[in-house]
Formats: sequence, C-alpha cells, structure tokens
Amino acid sequence: MSQVIEEDQRIIEFDVRTDEMLVNMGPQHPSTHGVLRLVLRTDGEIVSELEPHIGYLHRCAEKIGENLTARQWIPYTDRMDYLAAMNMNLGWSLAVEKLMQYEVSEKARHLRVLIAELGRIASHLVGMGAYGLDLGTFSPFLYAFREREKILDLFEEACGARLTYSYITVGGLTADLPPGWLQRCEAFLEQFEPIIREYHTLLTTNAIFVKRTAGIGVLSPEMAVDYGCTGPVLRGSGVDIDMRRDGESIYTAMYDGYAFEVAVMKDGHYPRDHEYPAVPVDAVLGDCWHRFFVRMLEVVQSMDLVRQAIDRYSRCKGPLGEPLKLAEKLPAGDAYLETECPKGQMGFYLVGDGSAIPWRVRARSSSFSNLAVAPELCRGCLIADVPAVVGSLDIVMGEIDR
Amino acid sequence: MAEFLMNTVGLPTWLAWSVTAGVAAFLILNVIAGGALVFIWAERKIAARIQDRLGPTRTGGRFGWLQSLADGIKLLAKEDLMPDGADTLLFRLAPYVSFCASFCAFIAMPFAFDVVGQRLNVGVFFVIAVLGLEVFGVILAGYASASKWSLFGAMREAAQVVSYEVPLGMCVVVPVMLAGSMDLVTIGEKQAGWLTNWYLFHDPFTFVIFWVYFTCAVASVNRAPFDLAEAESELVAGFHTEYSGLRWSFFFMAEYGSMFLVSGLAAVLFLGGWNGPIPIAELAGWSDGSAVTAPYAVRLLGCANLLAKATVGVLLMMWIRWTLPRLRIDQVMTTCLKYCTPIAAAMFAGVMLWQLFLPGGLLPGGRRTAIAVREGWLEQAVEKPEDSSAVSTDAGSSVSQQLAGVAER
Repeated sequence: MSQVIEEDQRIIEFDVRTDEMLVNMGPQHPSTHGVLRLVLRTDGEIVSELEPHIGYLHRCAEKIGENLTARQWIPYTDRMDYLAAMNMNLGWSLAVEKLMQYEVSEKARHLRVLIAELGRIASHLVGMGAYGLDLGTFSPFLYAFREREKILDLFEEACGARLTYSYITVGGLTADLPPGWLQRCEAFLEQFEPIIREYHTLLTTNAIFVKRTAGIGVLSPEMAVDYGCTGPVLRGSGVDIDMRRDGESIYTAMYDGYAFEVAVMKDGHYPRDHEYPAVPVDAVLGDCWHRFFVRMLEVVQSMDLVRQAIDRYSRCKGPLGEPLKLAEKLPAGDAYLETECPKGQMGFYLVGDGSAIPWRVRARSSSFSNLAVAPELCRGCLIADVPAVVGSLDIVMGEIDR
Repeated sequence: MAEFLMNTVGLPTWLAWSVTAGVAAFLILNVIAGGALVFIWAERKIAARIQDRLGPTRTGGRFGWLQSLADGIKLLAKEDLMPDGADTLLFRLAPYVSFCASFCAFIAMPFAFDVVGQRLNVGVFFVIAVLGLEVFGVILAGYASASKWSLFGAMREAAQVVSYEVPLGMCVVVPVMLAGSMDLVTIGEKQAGWLTNWYLFHDPFTFVIFWVYFTCAVASVNRAPFDLAEAESELVAGFHTEYSGLRWSFFFMAEYGSMFLVSGLAAVLFLGGWNGPIPIAELAGWSDGSAVTAPYAVRLLGCANLLAKATVGVLLMMWIRWTLPRLRIDQVMTTCLKYCTPIAAAMFAGVMLWQLFLPGGLLPGGRRTAIAVREGWLEQAVEKPEDSSAVSTDAGSSVSQQLAGVAER
C-alpha cells in the first residue's frame, strides 16, 4: 500500500507542508449514502486520514428483536438493508428455521431463490446507479431506478409492498405468486438483458469512469480477509467465496441443483458464461472498478438464477405451504447463519429459551465490516476519491446501525 | 441612434449617448437573461429526456416553459441566508462579480453583421479577458462563505480556470491569425459565403483546434465533466454551498450566460458566425440593397444563424453533462497541461505553416492566395484609422444604428 502511494504521481511536493484541515463529510452530505459521517483530515485535496462515525440511524433493532417473536421481527429486518429487504427477510427466516430445524416445501424453496435473486438485482442496480452519482453522473442512476421500479412492481404484485416487504418469512412465504406473475417476470428479464449493455457503455467501459475507478482504493485479498470484508467487496479482490456455494448446508441446500459460477476473477479472468466487456488495462485486482464490475456480473448471474428458479418453481406441484404461526415456540439453543446478501454476508444469531420470543438476537452486518476498511483505502487519496471508494463498498446505513 | 437623438430630437450629446447606452444595455441584458431562462428550461427538459423522464410539464402549458420563471419567483421569495462567519461584503459582492463578468462580455459579442453592443477592434481579447473575471466571483464566494467545502470549490476553480485560459487563448488566436484581426465582426465577415469558408473547415488544424477550444470552453465555464468547483458528490455544492435565493440564482445565471457566450464565441470564431452554411441572402439577392427591408432581413437571418449555432453548442454541453462522469482534479489538470495545451500549440503552429505554404488550400484555384492574405493584413492596417474614427464618432450600438436608420427613412 505504501509503495502505491510513493509511486503515485498525484502526490507531489511533500516538502511543501501546509496546515491540515479537518472536514466533516456528512452526515448531511449528498454522497455518503444516508447518514454516514466521515471525518477527513486533509492536506489540500489529499486525504491523510478518514474516520467513519456511525450510529446516526441506530434504532435498537436487535434489542427490539428480544421482545418480539421470531416472525414479528421480520419487518425489522426489512429496515436493515432496506435496498434488499427480501434478502434480509430470507437471512433471518433461515436462521430461525435452522434453530427450529424446519424445512420449507420444495415450491417455497424455489420461490425464495427467485425472490432473493430478484432482490439482489434490485440492490445491485441501486449500488450501480448510486455509484455513478458518486462519480458525478446522474443519468445512470435514473436508468438503474427505471429497471428497479419494474422489479418493485413485481414485488408489489407478490406481496403488496415496494420497499419493506416482509414477504419471505419464517416457515415459507406470506403468499403465493399471483397468476401471470411468472410471465411478467420473464418479460422483465427479456427487456432487461440488453439494458445491461447500456450500463456497461455508460459506466463500466466509459473512459472517464475507468479513469476515476481503476487503480483507486486497491484492497488486497489479505486485507479484505483481515477486515472481514464480504460479498462483492471480497470477491472484487479476487477471493473466491460465495455463501450460496460455500455456506452452511441449510442455505446452500436452497441453491441445490442451480448452476451458477461465482463472479470472481480466477486465473486472470472473470467467468466467461456471458459476453462481458474486457477488463481495462489500468484496473488492478481489488480496486473500485473490480468491485463495481463484480456487481455488474452478479446482476447477470442473478438473472440466470431467476430464470432457473422460474423454471423449477413452475414445475413444482403441490402447495406452497403455510408459514409458521406468529407465536411459534422456539426450541432452547442457539443458531447462527450467514447468508449471501447483495452487500455481503449478513449473519443472524438468535438464542431460544423455549418461549416464542428469542432470548438474544444479534445481527452481523456486512456493510459494517466493509466500511471498516474504508480508512485504509482512503489514506493518501484525493477528496474526490473518497466518494469513489466509499461508494464502491456499497454500504447501507440501515444495516450498519441497525 | 445617438445621432438620431442628437440631430432630430435635439438632445445634448452626453444625454444622447447615455440613452443609447442604456437602450443597448437593456437589450443585451434582457436577451441574455431571457436566454438563460430558456436554457435553464431547456436543460431541465433535455436532462429529463436523456434520463427517460418528462421534466417540467405543468407550469405554463404542456411543456412547462414557464418553469424557470416560476423558479425565479420562488428564489426571490426565499430567505437570504448568510453564514455566521462569512465575510459580509465579499459574500454579497461575489454573485454580482460573476454575473457582471459573464454578461459584460456580451458587449463585444456580435449577433449579426454590426448587430453588436460595441464593435471593438480587440473584441476577442475583450471577451476572453472579461469572461476570465468570472472566476473572481467564484473565488470570492468560496473564500467569503466561511465553509470548508466552499473553499475547496474556490481552490479548484482557481487552479482549473487559470490553467485552461492558456490553451483557450491559443485556440482563440488561430481564427484571429486567419482573419488578421481581433475584431469579432471582421472575423465573422471573413467567413461569409458557403460552409467551406468557415474556419472550422479552413484546414485540418483548425478542425482539430475547434474541438480543443470546445473542451477548454466547457472547462472554463465549469460544466461537466469539468464542474469540479461545485462537484455535488464531493463538495456538497462547492463554492455556492452557502448561497440561497436570488444570490444563488445569480451564479446560476452567470453560468448559463457564460455557456452561451463561449458557444457564441465558438460560432463566431470557427462556425462562420452569423453566416449560414448556405449564403441564402446573397443567393436571393437581398444584400444588394434593392429592397428597403433587405438589410434588416439579412441581419435578422444572421441573428437567427448565430443564435442557432450557439444554442447547438449549449445543447452539446448539456448532452455531455448528463452523460459523462466527473473528472478528478488531477485528471482535469492533466487534460489541460498534457493534452489541450500541447495540442493547441501544435495546431497553432500547423495553422501558421499552412497559412505560409498552402494559403490557397489543397484544391487548385483556391480562393485565398498568399497575396490575398497579406492584403488582408494590409487592409486591416488601413482600415484601422477608419475604424477608430468610426468608433469614436459612432460608438453607439449597432442596434441603435439600425434604429437610427429606420428613423431616418
């Protein structure tokens, strides 16, 4: 890391020292994704130190969880990663099911995959659009939201809500899909596919975008593992871990029989299951560009998974199954489960004491660990790189502060 | 108009000149301010269309064309905030400095042949110099706001604009060299005739340098991807973070005024000014003065031509803004110092050599010869005393001249 800084041509005139300035970036700042406060120590444009201050969105969600039954806490998980609430629901539901050793029906399992992967697409679309915004281009943000809206329309049809779904719940899902939903979902995928190329033109391969992201905020695989980074941030550094493949059996069983290749650079290349733009020469494994690119690949990967799930779900006979009772008693014991959420590995921990209300509820947020690495990445960069780096981590404050 | 007031109405000279100046200033100010309003509306509509939205649709009919006016009224009604630690005088002064700089430059900007606020024999120099003053407003605003973000914006602006003045100046010198005059009206006149007479198509070097000019112009008026001074994702709103209401809108007007100015300047310097791609007026025989209204029709057509070209330039800037991400400050400086400046210098040398060795162009029987070029310089040298006398006795705006002409008839 230090070597990178020394060779960096941007940093000139180290001997002309001026006074350092302390700047508050946030909590009311356009590019801090909510209420993150970054305290920057800057020397002119150069950031010598960055310190994230969190807690502006703390709502005691975990403590609330210790006063509600497992199913009643589902709406609170919606408000963690509110951009991928479906995946949050799924994480908590699976953790509770793991404690109860409960298995959902085959149909519910495929529907969960379908919904979770759509949720992943929706989340990555925001991540992509907002990243464009961080770099000063507004249009991709709206293009991303245009497509996200269509996913939200589908979700709304399925569960009635557009942001906080509480759709996937302990023991299954609250409702089955309405008639015609699968066709509409397929139609969406059909028209969405060519649009991804548009995103690649506007951002991924755009010369200015590459200039702003390639080689910036390089996160080495070792550091990524040390800081507990997960999800696209970890895979962007070339570490081949994806909970959908490497997780606990209750989670990987969900994806049993699904064909997908983890979006990670292996042997110098990304999966070749689709046409992807070439990696620019300036890009270094683990930089902002790679983190962004992994997300873009995961969108395509999720589309494949959704297609497979639609196929399997429609072939499933039999009922979807009812979710568990609201006040279903939890067995004594504890369970911890990490699932692959769009932002990274989201872990839920709960301790049951025989009553319906868990004795302890804890959540492990991926964004929290991913943000923790930001001070390392931003040391010695320019002020303009701070949004670029923090944006590439794709954090959600609702999940960090809980 | 001044003569008309002096001779026909019988006003004293000083009053006649003052009235003339007032009328000219009123016309320029309103045309440009009105233009800025239109451009703000256009930007909103264009941005909306680029982003798959509708934009303003309700204020003033179907297309929301009153939106900028409504916004203006809203801004008027807003509370005028000033930060506690702000330097009161400079904070208040800054928007006006920017605004005046941007709008003053239009004095020398010709809209058609001799439809110009004040024909200056150093018009190019004047426009560039006055436009360069706009940066002072931004620096003052950044310094006086007592906000760190504003200060960052001002610092960036200072570094960026000062750097980009260099290649911009080099680009602007090329048409000056070709025309042998710094008078914008003369430069425009020299490009009369068909499309091929435009300096853009003069030789390959001018074609390249036009794009260098456009890049530098975008940078010098702080438009994306060079809008670092107000980079909203990094510096909140940059130099105008602490401004609100009408003061803020003055910065906004200045920005749009400058955009229009540099586009208009591009049109005059490279795109034939008020001369259309096809010399309709000449072909139709309007310019021989056979009809009374012909000169006015020609000028009106010229105005329309220039406004159309300048508008295309502005729209191009908007298109760029809503498509590209923002560059980083070091990349902006690299673009300027490593690319724009050397390219501009090389192209400048190229145009010079072209003028020297291939003044008639590559085609046989080209219009320009070395002698003609030299004559151009001579002509200018001879014209100068006439020009200066014309300026001193007839310094009213050409608009006023026209009005005077109408009155005499």
